Amino acid sequence: MGKYVFKRIIGLAALLLGITIITFSVIHIAPGRPTDLEAQFNPKVSMEARERIAHLYGLDKPLHIQYIEWLKRFARLDFGISFMDSRPVMQKILERMPITLTIELFSIILILLIGIPIGVGSAVKEGSFYDRFMTVFVFIGFAMPTFWLSLILMDFIGVRWGILPISGIKSLEFEKFGNFEKIIDMSKHLILPVFVSAFGGLAGISRYMRSSMLNVLKQDYIRTARAKGLREKDVLYKHALKNALLPVVTILGLSVPGLIGGSVIFESIFSIPGMGRLFYESVMARDYPVIMGVLVIGAVLTLLGNLLADISYAAVDPRIKLE
Amino acid sequence: MKLLKIDSLHKTFKKHKVSAVDGASFSIFKGEVLGLVGESGCGKTTLAKLILRLIDADKGSIFYKDKDLLKISHSDMRKTRKSLQIIFQDPYASLDPRMRIGEVIEEVYDIHKNVTGREKKNKAIELLETVGLGEVYLQRLSSELSGGERQRVGIARALATDPEFIICDEPVSSLDISIQAQILNLLIDLQKRKNLTYLFISHDLGVIGSICDRVMVMQSGKFVESGSCETIFRNPKHEYTKTLLKSALLS
Repeated sequence: MGKYVFKRIIGLAALLLGITIITFSVIHIAPGRPTDLEAQFNPKVSMEARERIAHLYGLDKPLHIQYIEWLKRFARLDFGISFMDSRPVMQKILERMPITLTIELFSIILILLIGIPIGVGSAVKEGSFYDRFMTVFVFIGFAMPTFWLSLILMDFIGVRWGILPISGIKSLEFEKFGNFEKIIDMSKHLILPVFVSAFGGLAGISRYMRSSMLNVLKQDYIRTARAKGLREKDVLYKHALKNALLPVVTILGLSVPGLIGGSVIFESIFSIPGMGRLFYESVMARDYPVIMGVLVIGAVLTLLGNLLADISYAAVDPRIKLE
Repeated sequence: MKLLKIDSLHKTFKKHKVSAVDGASFSIFKGEVLGLVGESGCGKTTLAKLILRLIDADKGSIFYKDKDLLKISHSDMRKTRKSLQIIFQDPYASLDPRMRIGEVIEEVYDIHKNVTGREKKNKAIELLETVGLGEVYLQRLSSELSGGERQRVGIARALATDPEFIICDEPVSSLDISIQAQILNLLIDLQKRKNLTYLFISHDLGVIGSICDRVMVMQSGKFVESGSCETIFRNPKHEYTKTLLKSALLS
């Protein structure tokens, strides 16, 4: 087991290196320079001044030299300094990360709590009205654009009915609240983003759960369990569900990148100061060090998600031996 | 004494419009081994599942002693399952891959609550020994066993409830020839020792001939001929039986 994990981590490190090379090239190929914001729109800035700024950021060197310099710093876990406000990238990311992770965690929990029962129910009552209704329901969630749903919810729930706040994570008078009120206030702000983030992910988990459960229910050992005289409830939950959950566990690890990608959209819309919005802002400003930092951390989280999925797969299934 | 009396049992699979069992009527006497032969897809396994109510029949009746299995409630049926068991065809698929052999057998006692906690393990060991496996198998997973060993576990599992009647649904057809004989001998031995009643399903006339007292021949959901093994084998009346016998001689 330990040997397997070690091997996998070496493999993942190589993969990460590849990811950084590709992302570094892609963001430098993309049109627009970090100097544009300061120079392009201001006719008074001379060519010389522009070159001076580029030199200051080290942008005048050849691309591969820039990459190697970035890599050297990255090896010491130093992501460099933001072009926008000259603060360390690491610091900027660390102060934004908790809020994004909190939202992702809640939405994953929500997806599991709702998606698994939907999937199991659909499989047990395959072809029934419930099954068809749920299929349509989760696919509506899957097909609905996140930004559109967010705006509609903000308009109705936030503006017209005034039930929930529509942006940020704290109210203006947050500092005056007591501890308990602070928690209530933050949770209220998180309801819409978490809901939007979870709604789209429901389809994946529930459909996987459904097909996995259907597959298991057709297995002979389920028939054996029935022949033993097991109660239908025990057949379903003791034998079928345990086996059917296995593939879903792996899907969970694989859903991490989707959630990170989604956070860029809804954090921008709900103006939540998380990693997604930081990424959006840094892309707009061509703030290369921050873009690289967010992407690398996203990549690390994704790779860790995959690794955890494989390890947990082995932990829940005694048949799998990792070698 | 008639143990099971089955009367005009029908089952149609609506989706495919196949009449899988079309008016089956027969009786099984206590202590006999009744063979059921027919080509693949003729409805043998469907009939087995119908008798145990693993699927529901469209019409007909199944009397076990004096109870009509199709009329009793689900909870009564679960209790009756104690006496009616089945050994499945494919020992690779019929055991839950996540359970240890000990758990597979001990679960039976949990369901029927007829053995106390501590005794369960001893009972399980005893059963494993009956089918020629030992205590070491308690902690094994089914995926670690060979086909023959798995089928022995399948037999032990069926025996755990102390049944009167066992349906053997092609119990040897997915095993190697050498293992087939061992498992058949085990089944014959158990039948004699425990005075069990078998409904033995097979498409292999050789297997049927070596184990059964009587035999019924099935074709597309209907019985075409039945009688003692000797009569059927020596003097088949129906065309289909003759074809089956011919093909058996060829192979």
